[in-house]
Amino acid sequence: MMNNSKNLVEMKNIHKCFGKVVALKGVDFQVGNNEIVGLIGDNGAGKSTLIKILSGVYPPTRGEIYIRGEKISNRRYSVRKAHELDIETVYQEKALGEKQSLWRNIFIGRQISNFFGFIDIKKEKEETDKIMKELIGFRGVGVSADSSVGKLSGGERQGIAIGRAMYFNANLIILDEPTAALSAKEVSKVLNFIRKIKESGRSCIYITHHIADTYSVSDRFVFIDRGEIIGEYKKSEISLEEITEKLLMVSAGNSGKEIANEYEKQ
Amino acid sequence: MNMRNNKISLLGSKGFRTYAVVLVYIVLMGIFMITAPRAFLDYKIYMAFLSTIPFSLVMALGLTFVIIAGEIDLSFTSVMAFSGFIFTYIFIHTGSTILAFIASLTAGLVAGFINGIIIAKVKVPSIIATLGTQFFWAGLAVVISSGRSLIINEIRPSFMYRIFVGRIGGIVPAQAVWAFGLAIILGFILNKHRFGESAMFIGDNRDTAKMMGVNVDKTLIQIFMLSGVLAAFASVLLACEMVTWWATQGPGFLLITIAAVFIGGTSIYGGEGTIFGTVVGAFIIGSITAGIVASGVGGFWTQLVVGLVLLIAVFINTFVSRRGR
Repeated sequence: MMNNSKNLVEMKNIHKCFGKVVALKGVDFQVGNNEIVGLIGDNGAGKSTLIKILSGVYPPTRGEIYIRGEKISNRRYSVRKAHELDIETVYQEKALGEKQSLWRNIFIGRQISNFFGFIDIKKEKEETDKIMKELIGFRGVGVSADSSVGKLSGGERQGIAIGRAMYFNANLIILDEPTAALSAKEVSKVLNFIRKIKESGRSCIYITHHIADTYSVSDRFVFIDRGEIIGEYKKSEISLEEITEKLLMVSAGNSGKEIANEYEKQ
Repeated sequence: MNMRNNKISLLGSKGFRTYAVVLVYIVLMGIFMITAPRAFLDYKIYMAFLSTIPFSLVMALGLTFVIIAGEIDLSFTSVMAFSGFIFTYIFIHTGSTILAFIASLTAGLVAGFINGIIIAKVKVPSIIATLGTQFFWAGLAVVISSGRSLIINEIRPSFMYRIFVGRIGGIVPAQAVWAFGLAIILGFILNKHRFGESAMFIGDNRDTAKMMGVNVDKTLIQIFMLSGVLAAFASVLLACEMVTWWATQGPGFLLITIAAVFIGGTSIYGGEGTIFGTVVGAFIIGSITAGIVASGVGGFWTQLVVGLVLLIAVFINTFVSRRGR
Protein backbone atom coordinates (compact mmCIF):
# COMPACT_ATOMS: atom_id res chain seq x y z
CA MET A 1 0.00 0.00 0.00
CA MET A 2 1.43 3.36 -0.97
CA ASN A 3 0.93 6.73 0.50
CA ASN A 4 1.54 9.60 -1.87
CA SER A 5 2.95 11.99 0.69
CA LYS A 6 6.45 13.33 0.13
CA ASN A 7 7.46 12.70 3.72
CA LEU A 8 10.28 10.40 4.74
CA VAL A 9 8.33 9.18 7.74
CA GLU A 10 4.61 9.30 8.41
CA MET A 11 3.24 7.97 11.66
CA LYS A 12 -0.53 7.98 11.82
CA ASN A 13 -2.78 7.64 14.83
CA ILE A 14 -0.16 5.87 16.90
CA HIS A 15 -1.36 4.40 20.18
CA LYS A 16 0.85 2.70 22.69
CA CYS A 17 -0.25 1.12 25.93
CA PHE A 18 1.94 -0.55 28.52
CA GLY A 19 -0.57 -2.63 30.43
CA LYS A 20 -3.05 -0.06 31.70
CA VAL A 21 -0.74 2.89 31.18
CA VAL A 22 -1.46 4.75 27.96
CA ALA A 23 1.79 6.28 26.74
CA LEU A 24 0.62 7.53 23.35
CA LYS A 25 -2.94 8.49 22.45
CA GLY A 26 -3.31 8.74 18.69
CA VAL A 27 -0.15 10.57 17.68
CA ASP A 28 0.35 11.83 14.12
CA PHE A 29 3.98 12.58 13.40
CA GLN A 30 5.92 13.29 10.22
CA VAL A 31 9.51 13.84 9.21
CA GLY A 32 10.19 15.42 5.82
CA ASN A 33 13.17 14.84 3.58
CA ASN A 34 16.25 16.73 4.73
CA GLU A 35 14.35 18.06 7.71
CA ILE A 36 15.52 18.46 11.29
CA VAL A 37 12.58 17.96 13.62
CA GLY A 38 12.84 19.04 17.22
CA LEU A 39 10.64 16.80 19.32
CA ILE A 40 9.93 18.70 22.50
CA GLY A 41 8.21 17.57 25.63
CA ASP A 42 8.57 17.15 29.34
CA ASN A 43 9.89 14.00 30.96
CA GLY A 44 7.36 11.25 30.51
CA ALA A 45 5.49 13.11 27.77
CA GLY A 46 5.92 10.23 25.34
CA LYS A 47 8.93 11.41 23.29
CA SER A 48 10.99 8.33 23.88
CA THR A 49 8.07 5.96 23.40
CA LEU A 50 7.34 7.55 20.04
CA ILE A 51 10.89 7.25 18.74
CA LYS A 52 11.33 3.77 20.12
CA ILE A 53 8.36 2.73 18.02
CA LEU A 54 9.92 4.42 15.01
CA SER A 55 13.29 2.76 15.62
CA GLY A 56 11.68 -0.64 15.90
CA VAL A 57 12.33 -1.23 19.60
CA TYR A 58 8.67 -1.98 20.23
CA PRO A 59 5.55 -2.13 18.07
CA PRO A 60 2.69 0.34 18.45
CA THR A 61 -0.51 -0.96 20.03
CA ARG A 62 -2.39 0.64 17.15
CA GLY A 63 -1.60 2.95 14.25
CA GLU A 64 0.26 3.03 10.97
CA ILE A 65 3.83 3.81 10.00
CA TYR A 66 4.85 4.76 6.46
CA ILE A 67 8.46 5.09 5.47
CA ARG A 68 9.12 6.73 2.10
CA GLY A 69 5.42 6.27 1.44
CA GLU A 70 5.49 2.55 2.05
CA LYS A 71 3.44 1.02 4.81
CA ILE A 72 5.40 -0.89 7.43
CA SER A 73 4.01 -4.01 9.00
CA ASN A 74 3.79 -3.27 12.71
CA ARG A 75 4.30 -6.88 13.58
CA ARG A 76 7.38 -7.43 11.48
CA TYR A 77 9.05 -4.11 12.21
CA SER A 78 12.26 -4.37 14.22
CA VAL A 79 15.51 -2.53 14.93
CA ARG A 80 17.13 -4.51 12.15
CA LYS A 81 14.34 -3.59 9.74
CA ALA A 82 14.71 0.06 10.73
CA HIS A 83 18.42 -0.15 9.90
CA GLU A 84 17.56 -1.65 6.52
CA LEU A 85 15.30 1.34 5.93
CA ASP A 86 18.24 3.62 6.82
CA ILE A 87 16.85 4.73 10.17
CA GLU A 88 19.44 4.83 12.95
CA THR A 89 19.01 5.84 16.55
CA VAL A 90 21.89 7.09 18.65
CA TYR A 91 21.34 6.26 22.30
CA GLN A 92 23.54 8.23 24.56
CA GLU A 93 24.84 5.56 26.90
CA LYS A 94 24.74 2.64 24.52
CA ALA A 95 26.46 4.21 21.56
CA LEU A 96 30.11 3.24 21.93
CA GLY A 97 32.54 0.80 23.51
CA GLU A 98 34.63 2.92 25.91
CA LYS A 99 37.87 0.97 25.84
CA GLN A 100 37.95 0.39 22.10
CA SER A 101 39.54 2.51 19.43
CA LEU A 102 37.48 4.82 17.27
CA TRP A 103 37.96 2.74 14.13
CA ARG A 104 36.70 -0.38 15.92
CA ASN A 105 33.71 1.56 17.18
CA ILE A 106 32.83 2.84 13.73
CA PHE A 107 32.94 -0.59 12.10
CA ILE A 108 31.85 -2.99 14.85
CA GLY A 109 29.14 -5.25 13.47
CA ARG A 110 29.83 -4.05 9.91
CA GLN A 111 33.55 -4.68 9.57
CA ILE A 112 35.46 -4.46 6.33
CA SER A 113 36.69 -8.04 6.40
CA ASN A 114 37.80 -10.79 4.08
CA PHE A 115 36.20 -14.14 3.43
CA PHE A 116 37.72 -15.62 6.61
CA GLY A 117 36.49 -12.80 8.81
CA PHE A 118 39.84 -11.05 9.20
CA ILE A 119 39.44 -7.30 9.40
CA ASP A 120 41.13 -4.92 6.98
CA ILE A 121 42.45 -2.68 9.75
CA LYS A 122 44.29 -0.29 7.45
CA LYS A 123 41.19 0.37 5.38
CA GLU A 124 38.98 0.78 8.46
CA LYS A 125 41.40 3.33 9.91
CA GLU A 126 41.51 5.28 6.65
CA GLU A 127 37.73 5.35 6.44
CA THR A 128 37.53 6.44 10.08
CA ASP A 129 39.86 9.35 9.36
CA LYS A 130 37.65 10.33 6.44
CA ILE A 131 34.52 10.13 8.57
CA MET A 132 36.08 12.34 11.22
CA LYS A 133 37.35 14.94 8.79
CA GLU A 134 34.81 14.98 6.01
CA LEU A 135 31.50 13.82 7.44
CA ILE A 136 31.46 15.39 10.85
CA GLY A 137 34.26 17.96 10.69
CA PHE A 138 36.01 16.54 13.71
CA ARG A 139 38.60 18.90 15.10
CA GLY A 140 39.35 17.18 18.38
CA VAL A 141 42.97 17.95 19.20
CA GLY A 142 45.15 14.89 19.21
CA VAL A 143 42.32 12.53 18.39
CA SER A 144 43.07 9.90 15.77
CA ALA A 145 41.41 6.76 14.48
CA ASP A 146 43.53 4.86 17.01
CA SER A 147 42.39 6.84 20.05
CA SER A 148 40.13 5.02 22.43
CA VAL A 149 36.66 6.37 23.04
CA GLY A 150 37.49 6.84 26.72
CA LYS A 151 39.67 9.79 25.74
CA LEU A 152 36.90 11.67 23.96
CA SER A 153 34.67 14.30 25.48
CA GLY A 154 30.93 13.67 25.67
CA GLY A 155 30.24 15.83 22.63
CA GLU A 156 32.92 14.12 20.58
CA ARG A 157 31.41 10.74 21.42
CA GLN A 158 28.08 11.88 20.02
CA GLY A 159 29.96 13.04 16.95
CA ILE A 160 31.48 9.60 16.41
CA ALA A 161 28.11 7.92 16.81
CA ILE A 162 26.50 10.40 14.42
CA GLY A 163 29.37 10.04 11.94
CA ARG A 164 29.00 6.27 12.06
CA ALA A 165 25.29 6.52 11.31
CA MET A 166 25.96 8.92 8.43
CA TYR A 167 28.73 6.73 7.01
CA PHE A 168 26.42 3.75 6.89
CA ASN A 169 23.91 5.79 4.92
CA ALA A 170 21.37 6.44 7.62
CA ASN A 171 18.84 8.73 6.03
CA LEU A 172 17.10 9.50 9.28
CA ILE A 173 19.20 9.85 12.41
CA ILE A 174 17.32 9.90 15.69
CA LEU A 175 19.12 11.55 18.58
CA ASP A 176 17.58 10.81 21.95
CA GLU A 177 18.71 13.48 24.43
CA PRO A 178 22.23 13.63 23.02
CA THR A 179 23.17 16.63 25.13
CA ALA A 180 21.61 15.63 28.44
CA ALA A 181 24.91 15.22 30.27
CA LEU A 182 27.08 17.72 28.42
CA SER A 183 28.68 21.06 29.17
CA ALA A 184 27.71 24.10 27.11
CA LYS A 185 30.84 23.83 24.99
CA GLU A 186 30.15 20.17 24.24
CA VAL A 187 26.52 20.93 23.41
CA SER A 188 27.62 23.35 20.73
CA LYS A 189 29.75 20.57 19.20
CA VAL A 190 26.74 18.29 19.04
CA LEU A 191 24.67 21.04 17.46
CA ASN A 192 27.37 21.36 14.81
CA PHE A 193 27.15 17.66 14.12
CA ILE A 194 23.40 18.05 13.66
CA ARG A 195 24.04 20.85 11.14
CA LYS A 196 26.31 18.39 9.30
CA ILE A 197 23.41 15.97 9.14
CA LYS A 198 21.31 18.67 7.50
CA GLU A 199 24.07 19.76 5.11
CA SER A 200 24.51 16.20 3.87
CA GLY A 201 20.85 16.04 2.87
CA ARG A 202 19.68 13.73 5.64
CA SER A 203 16.93 14.08 8.19
CA CYS A 204 17.09 14.08 11.94
CA ILE A 205 14.78 13.84 14.91
CA TYR A 206 16.31 15.68 17.81
CA ILE A 207 14.80 14.94 21.16
CA THR A 208 15.52 17.19 24.07
CA HIS A 209 13.99 19.37 26.69
CA HIS A 210 16.60 22.06 26.15
CA ILE A 211 14.58 24.33 23.97
CA ALA A 212 17.28 26.83 23.13
CA ASP A 213 19.49 24.07 21.71
CA THR A 214 16.86 22.60 19.54
CA TYR A 215 15.71 26.01 18.33
CA SER A 216 19.04 26.80 16.73
CA VAL A 217 19.17 23.67 14.57
CA SER A 218 15.61 22.47 13.94
CA ASP A 219 13.43 23.27 10.95
CA ARG A 220 10.21 22.35 12.70
CA PHE A 221 9.11 21.77 16.28
CA VAL A 222 6.65 19.20 17.51
CA PHE A 223 5.30 19.47 21.04
CA ILE A 224 4.22 16.36 22.78
CA ASP A 225 2.50 16.24 26.14
CA ARG A 226 0.92 13.36 28.00
CA GLY A 227 0.96 11.17 24.93
CA GLU A 228 -0.55 13.69 22.56
CA ILE A 229 0.81 16.12 19.98
CA ILE A 230 -0.23 19.54 21.22
CA GLY A 231 1.38 21.74 18.62
CA GLU A 232 3.54 21.82 15.52
CA TYR A 233 5.37 24.89 14.25
CA LYS A 234 7.79 25.70 11.50
CA LYS A 235 10.73 27.76 12.62
CA SER A 236 9.39 30.78 10.76
CA GLU A 237 6.12 30.59 12.66
CA ILE A 238 7.41 30.75 16.18
CA SER A 239 10.12 32.48 18.19
CA LEU A 240 12.26 30.94 20.88
CA GLU A 241 10.40 32.93 23.53
CA GLU A 242 7.04 31.70 22.31
CA ILE A 243 8.21 28.10 22.35
CA THR A 244 9.57 28.43 25.84
CA GLU A 245 6.40 30.06 27.03
CA LYS A 246 4.28 27.38 25.43
CA LEU A 247 6.23 24.60 27.00
CA LEU A 248 6.09 26.36 30.34
CA MET A 249 2.33 26.56 30.09
CA VAL A 250 1.78 22.92 29.19
CA SER A 251 4.13 21.68 31.82
CA ALA A 252 2.72 23.89 34.53
CA GLY A 253 0.52 20.97 35.47
CA ASN A 254 3.47 18.59 35.16
CA SER A 255 6.77 19.22 36.82
CA GLY A 256 7.67 22.47 35.13
CA LYS A 257 10.43 23.49 37.45
CA GLU A 258 13.26 22.52 35.19
CA ILE A 259 11.83 24.43 32.27
CA ALA A 260 11.13 27.45 34.45
CA ASN A 261 14.77 27.49 35.45
CA GLU A 262 15.79 27.20 31.84
CA TYR A 263 13.51 30.14 31.00
CA GLU A 264 15.01 32.26 33.74
CA LYS A 265 18.50 31.65 32.41
CA GLN A 266 17.50 32.99 29.04
CA MET B 1 51.90 20.96 30.71
CA ASN B 2 53.39 19.28 27.71
CA MET B 3 55.34 16.87 29.84
CA ARG B 4 52.30 16.02 31.85
CA ASN B 5 50.37 15.19 28.72
CA ASN B 6 53.15 13.00 27.45
CA LYS B 7 53.31 11.16 30.70
CA ILE B 8 49.62 10.52 30.74
CA SER B 9 49.52 9.30 27.18
CA LEU B 10 52.46 7.00 27.87
CA LEU B 11 50.85 5.55 30.97
CA GLY B 12 47.48 5.38 29.35
CA SER B 13 48.59 3.58 26.25
CA LYS B 14 47.87 -0.11 26.07
CA GLY B 15 51.49 -0.56 25.12
CA PHE B 16 52.59 0.43 28.59
CA ARG B 17 50.86 -2.48 30.25
CA THR B 18 52.68 -4.81 27.92
CA TYR B 19 55.99 -3.17 28.80
CA ALA B 20 55.09 -3.38 32.47
CA VAL B 21 54.54 -7.12 32.40
CA VAL B 22 57.73 -7.72 30.42
CA LEU B 23 59.55 -5.54 32.92
CA VAL B 24 58.16 -7.58 35.81
CA TYR B 25 59.43 -10.73 34.12
CA ILE B 26 62.88 -9.29 33.49
CA VAL B 27 63.18 -8.10 37.09
CA LEU B 28 62.08 -11.50 38.36
CA MET B 29 64.58 -13.29 36.14
CA GLY B 30 67.27 -10.84 37.22
CA ILE B 31 66.57 -11.64 40.87
CA PHE B 32 66.72 -15.37 40.21
CA MET B 33 69.94 -15.03 38.23
CA ILE B 34 71.48 -13.33 41.24
CA THR B 35 70.02 -15.61 43.90
CA ALA B 36 70.36 -18.85 41.96
CA PRO B 37 73.03 -18.24 39.32
CA ARG B 38 73.84 -21.89 38.83
CA ALA B 39 70.32 -22.74 37.77
CA PHE B 40 69.34 -19.55 36.00
CA LEU B 41 72.48 -18.98 33.98
CA ASP B 42 72.12 -22.45 32.50
CA TYR B 43 69.90 -22.91 29.46
CA LYS B 44 68.45 -26.15 30.86
CA ILE B 45 66.11 -24.43 33.28
CA TYR B 46 64.60 -22.48 30.38
CA MET B 47 64.06 -25.74 28.52
CA ALA B 48 62.35 -27.02 31.66
CA PHE B 49 60.06 -23.97 31.60
CA LEU B 50 59.29 -24.67 27.96
CA SER B 51 58.23 -28.18 28.87
CA THR B 52 56.04 -27.33 31.89
CA ILE B 53 54.52 -23.93 31.13
CA PRO B 54 52.68 -24.80 27.88
CA PHE B 55 49.91 -26.74 29.69
CA SER B 56 48.66 -23.76 31.63
CA LEU B 57 49.59 -21.37 28.84
CA VAL B 58 47.36 -23.15 26.32
CA MET B 59 44.44 -22.91 28.75
CA ALA B 60 45.28 -19.31 29.62
CA LEU B 61 44.91 -18.39 25.92
CA GLY B 62 41.26 -19.46 25.93
CA LEU B 63 40.67 -17.91 29.31
CA THR B 64 41.99 -14.60 27.98
CA PHE B 65 39.12 -14.48 25.50
CA VAL B 66 36.64 -15.39 28.25
CA ILE B 67 37.84 -12.65 30.58
CA ILE B 68 38.06 -10.08 27.79
CA ALA B 69 34.39 -10.81 27.10
CA GLY B 70 33.67 -9.92 30.73
CA GLU B 71 33.07 -13.51 31.84
CA ILE B 72 34.99 -16.11 33.81
CA ASP B 73 35.57 -19.82 33.31
CA LEU B 74 36.31 -21.87 36.42
CA SER B 75 35.61 -25.19 34.73
CA PHE B 76 38.47 -25.45 32.25
CA THR B 77 40.75 -27.52 34.49
CA SER B 78 37.96 -30.00 35.08
CA VAL B 79 37.33 -30.07 31.34
CA MET B 80 41.04 -30.81 31.03
CA ALA B 81 40.76 -33.70 33.49
CA PHE B 82 37.69 -35.10 31.75
CA SER B 83 38.94 -34.79 28.18
CA GLY B 84 42.34 -36.11 29.28
CA PHE B 85 40.53 -39.15 30.57
CA ILE B 86 38.76 -39.53 27.23
CA PHE B 87 42.10 -39.28 25.44
CA THR B 88 43.92 -41.88 27.53
CA TYR B 89 40.95 -44.21 27.82
CA ILE B 90 40.30 -44.28 24.08
CA PHE B 91 44.00 -44.64 23.34
CA ILE B 92 44.27 -47.59 25.72
CA HIS B 93 41.22 -49.29 24.24
CA THR B 94 41.77 -48.63 20.54
CA GLY B 95 45.48 -47.90 20.24
CA SER B 96 44.59 -45.01 17.93
CA THR B 97 46.10 -41.67 18.88
CA ILE B 98 44.08 -39.87 16.20
CA LEU B 99 40.78 -41.26 17.44
CA ALA B 100 41.71 -40.46 21.03
CA PHE B 101 42.76 -36.96 20.05
CA ILE B 102 39.56 -36.20 18.12
CA ALA B 103 37.38 -37.62 20.90
CA SER B 104 39.20 -35.56 23.49
CA LEU B 105 38.83 -32.30 21.56
CA THR B 106 35.17 -33.12 20.96
CA ALA B 107 34.67 -33.59 24.69
CA GLY B 108 36.26 -30.18 25.27
CA LEU B 109 34.04 -28.56 22.66
CA VAL B 110 30.92 -30.14 24.11
CA ALA B 111 31.83 -29.06 27.64
CA GLY B 112 32.46 -25.52 26.40
CA PHE B 113 29.21 -25.54 24.47
CA ILE B 114 27.31 -26.54 27.60
CA ASN B 115 28.96 -23.70 29.53
CA GLY B 116 28.09 -21.31 26.74
CA ILE B 117 24.44 -22.35 26.61
CA ILE B 118 24.03 -22.05 30.38
CA ILE B 119 25.64 -18.60 30.39
CA ALA B 120 24.39 -17.04 27.14
CA LYS B 121 20.93 -18.58 26.85
CA VAL B 122 19.88 -19.49 30.39
CA LYS B 123 21.62 -16.30 31.59
CA VAL B 124 23.27 -17.87 34.62
CA PRO B 125 26.27 -15.75 35.68
CA SER B 126 29.43 -17.44 34.42
CA ILE B 127 31.09 -17.63 37.83
CA ILE B 128 28.26 -19.83 39.13
CA ALA B 129 27.65 -21.75 35.92
CA THR B 130 31.29 -22.74 35.53
CA LEU B 131 31.67 -23.46 39.24
CA GLY B 132 28.89 -25.99 38.74
CA THR B 133 30.39 -27.50 35.61
CA GLN B 134 33.80 -27.52 37.30
CA PHE B 135 32.48 -29.90 39.95
CA PHE B 136 30.50 -31.84 37.38
CA TRP B 137 33.33 -32.64 34.92
CA ALA B 138 35.88 -33.28 37.64
CA GLY B 139 33.37 -35.50 39.42
CA LEU B 140 32.49 -37.35 36.24
CA ALA B 141 36.18 -38.01 35.55
CA VAL B 142 36.64 -39.42 39.05
CA VAL B 143 33.50 -41.55 38.87
CA ILE B 144 34.18 -43.17 35.50
CA SER B 145 37.85 -43.74 36.26
CA SER B 146 37.02 -44.91 39.78
CA GLY B 147 39.75 -42.51 40.80
CA ARG B 148 42.47 -44.68 39.27
CA SER B 149 45.29 -43.29 37.17
CA LEU B 150 45.82 -44.47 33.61
CA ILE B 151 49.31 -45.07 32.30
CA ILE B 152 49.99 -44.90 28.57
CA ASN B 153 53.60 -45.91 28.10
CA GLU B 154 52.60 -47.42 24.75
CA ILE B 155 52.15 -43.91 23.36
CA ARG B 156 55.89 -43.16 23.41
CA PRO B 157 56.73 -44.64 19.99
CA SER B 158 53.76 -42.95 18.32
CA PHE B 159 53.99 -40.12 15.82
CA MET B 160 51.65 -37.99 17.91
CA TYR B 161 53.88 -38.32 20.95
CA ARG B 162 56.82 -37.02 18.95
CA ILE B 163 55.04 -34.06 17.38
CA PHE B 164 53.29 -33.01 20.60
CA VAL B 165 55.90 -33.53 23.30
CA GLY B 166 59.07 -34.67 21.53
CA ARG B 167 62.28 -32.69 21.90
CA ILE B 168 63.18 -30.73 18.79
CA GLY B 169 66.86 -31.20 18.12
CA GLY B 170 66.89 -33.22 21.27
CA ILE B 171 66.50 -30.03 23.32
CA VAL B 172 63.41 -27.88 22.70
CA PRO B 173 60.11 -29.34 23.96
CA ALA B 174 57.61 -29.57 21.11
CA GLN B 175 54.69 -28.53 23.33
CA ALA B 176 56.26 -25.08 23.59
CA VAL B 177 56.11 -24.73 19.81
CA TRP B 178 52.43 -25.71 19.87
CA ALA B 179 51.68 -23.27 22.65
CA PHE B 180 53.52 -20.41 20.92
CA GLY B 181 51.92 -21.28 17.58
CA LEU B 182 48.47 -21.19 19.16
CA ALA B 183 49.34 -17.93 20.92
CA ILE B 184 50.32 -16.31 17.63
CA ILE B 185 47.18 -17.51 15.85
CA LEU B 186 44.91 -16.49 18.72
CA GLY B 187 46.71 -13.16 19.00
CA PHE B 188 45.81 -12.49 15.38
CA ILE B 189 42.25 -13.61 15.98
CA LEU B 190 41.90 -11.36 19.00
CA ASN B 191 43.22 -8.28 17.23
CA LYS B 192 42.37 -8.73 13.60
CA HIS B 193 39.38 -11.03 13.42
CA ARG B 194 35.71 -10.17 13.88
CA PHE B 195 35.51 -12.82 16.59
CA GLY B 196 38.16 -11.11 18.73
CA GLU B 197 36.63 -7.70 18.16
CA SER B 198 33.22 -9.01 19.17
CA ALA B 199 34.73 -10.44 22.37
CA MET B 200 36.22 -7.05 23.22
CA PHE B 201 32.97 -5.17 22.64
CA ILE B 202 30.94 -7.74 24.57
CA GLY B 203 33.26 -7.25 27.54
CA ASP B 204 33.33 -3.51 27.13
CA ASN B 205 29.64 -2.71 26.72
CA ARG B 206 27.26 -5.53 25.99
CA ASP B 207 24.42 -3.19 25.01
CA THR B 208 26.59 -1.43 22.46
CA ALA B 209 27.72 -4.74 21.03
CA LYS B 210 24.12 -5.90 20.69
CA MET B 211 22.94 -2.63 19.19
CA MET B 212 25.74 -2.63 16.65
CA GLY B 213 24.77 -6.05 15.40
CA VAL B 214 27.16 -8.34 17.29
CA ASN B 215 25.54 -11.69 17.91
CA VAL B 216 26.33 -11.66 21.62
CA ASP B 217 24.92 -15.07 22.57
CA LYS B 218 26.56 -16.88 19.68
CA THR B 219 29.92 -15.23 20.31
CA LEU B 220 29.80 -16.09 24.02
CA ILE B 221 29.05 -19.72 23.24
CA GLN B 222 31.96 -19.78 20.79
CA ILE B 223 34.28 -18.23 23.38
CA PHE B 224 33.44 -20.92 25.93
CA MET B 225 33.87 -23.58 23.26
CA LEU B 226 37.30 -22.14 22.52
CA SER B 227 38.15 -22.34 26.21
CA GLY B 228 36.89 -25.94 26.30
CA VAL B 229 38.76 -27.13 23.23
CA LEU B 230 42.00 -25.53 24.41
CA ALA B 231 41.60 -27.24 27.79
CA ALA B 232 41.19 -30.52 25.92
CA PHE B 233 44.29 -29.81 23.83
CA ALA B 234 46.25 -29.03 27.00
CA SER B 235 45.04 -32.33 28.44
CA VAL B 236 46.42 -34.22 25.44
CA LEU B 237 49.77 -32.46 25.76
CA LEU B 238 49.83 -33.21 29.47
CA ALA B 239 48.87 -36.87 29.02
CA CYS B 240 51.60 -37.30 26.41
CA GLU B 241 54.27 -35.51 28.44
CA MET B 242 53.49 -37.41 31.64
CA VAL B 243 52.41 -40.63 29.85
CA THR B 244 49.87 -40.73 32.64
CA TRP B 245 46.42 -39.47 33.30
CA TRP B 246 45.30 -38.93 36.86
CA ALA B 247 41.89 -37.86 38.09
CA THR B 248 42.96 -34.94 40.24
CA GLN B 249 45.17 -33.22 37.69
CA GLY B 250 42.89 -30.19 37.34
CA PRO B 251 42.98 -28.16 40.56
CA GLY B 252 46.73 -27.53 40.47
CA PHE B 253 46.35 -25.64 37.21
CA LEU B 254 43.27 -23.56 38.00
CA LEU B 255 44.57 -20.63 39.99
CA ILE B 256 47.95 -20.31 38.27
CA THR B 257 46.22 -20.13 34.89
CA ILE B 258 43.78 -17.46 36.05
CA ALA B 259 46.67 -15.56 37.67
CA ALA B 260 48.67 -15.73 34.42
CA VAL B 261 45.87 -13.99 32.53
CA PHE B 262 45.53 -11.22 35.11
CA ILE B 263 49.27 -10.71 35.46
CA GLY B 264 49.30 -10.38 31.67
CA GLY B 265 47.16 -7.27 31.96
CA THR B 266 43.76 -8.55 30.86
CA SER B 267 41.15 -6.42 32.59
CA ILE B 268 38.90 -8.05 35.17
CA TYR B 269 36.26 -5.59 33.95
CA GLY B 270 36.47 -7.01 30.44
CA GLY B 271 36.93 -5.24 27.14
CA GLU B 272 40.71 -5.32 26.96
CA GLY B 273 43.64 -7.66 27.17
CA THR B 274 46.42 -9.10 25.07
CA ILE B 275 47.58 -12.58 24.20
CA PHE B 276 51.17 -11.41 24.48
CA GLY B 277 50.54 -10.33 28.08
CA THR B 278 49.03 -13.73 28.86
CA VAL B 279 52.09 -15.51 27.43
CA VAL B 280 54.42 -13.44 29.59
CA GLY B 281 52.07 -13.87 32.57
CA ALA B 282 52.18 -17.65 32.17
CA PHE B 283 55.98 -17.53 32.08
CA ILE B 284 56.14 -15.35 35.17
CA ILE B 285 53.94 -17.75 37.14
CA GLY B 286 55.69 -20.81 35.73
CA SER B 287 59.14 -19.49 36.56
CA ILE B 288 58.44 -18.54 40.15
CA THR B 289 58.25 -22.06 41.58
CA ALA B 290 61.46 -23.19 39.91
CA GLY B 291 63.16 -19.93 40.77
CA ILE B 292 62.28 -20.10 44.43
CA VAL B 293 63.29 -23.71 44.82
CA ALA B 294 66.56 -23.08 42.97
CA SER B 295 67.25 -20.00 45.09
CA GLY B 296 67.19 -22.25 48.10
CA VAL B 297 64.51 -20.26 49.90
CA GLY B 298 62.31 -23.30 50.07
CA GLY B 299 59.12 -24.27 48.28
CA PHE B 300 56.99 -22.92 51.10
CA TRP B 301 57.55 -19.45 49.73
CA THR B 302 56.11 -20.17 46.31
CA GLN B 303 52.51 -19.20 46.96
CA LEU B 304 53.50 -16.11 48.86
CA VAL B 305 55.63 -14.88 45.97
CA VAL B 306 52.99 -15.73 43.36
CA GLY B 307 50.51 -13.75 45.42
CA LEU B 308 52.86 -10.78 45.65
CA VAL B 309 53.58 -10.78 41.93
CA LEU B 310 49.88 -11.02 41.12
CA LEU B 311 49.09 -8.11 43.43
CA ILE B 312 51.89 -6.00 41.98
CA ALA B 313 50.77 -6.73 38.41
CA VAL B 314 47.13 -6.00 39.14
CA PHE B 315 48.13 -2.86 41.01
CA ILE B 316 50.08 -1.63 37.98
CA ASN B 317 47.20 -2.40 35.66
CA THR B 318 44.61 -0.71 37.81
CA PHE B 319 46.84 2.31 38.21
CA VAL B 320 47.48 2.50 34.47
CA SER B 321 43.86 2.23 33.48
CA ARG B 322 42.83 4.87 36.00
CA ARG B 323 45.45 7.27 34.69
CA GLY B 324 44.49 6.50 31.12
CA ARG B 325 40.90 7.67 31.57
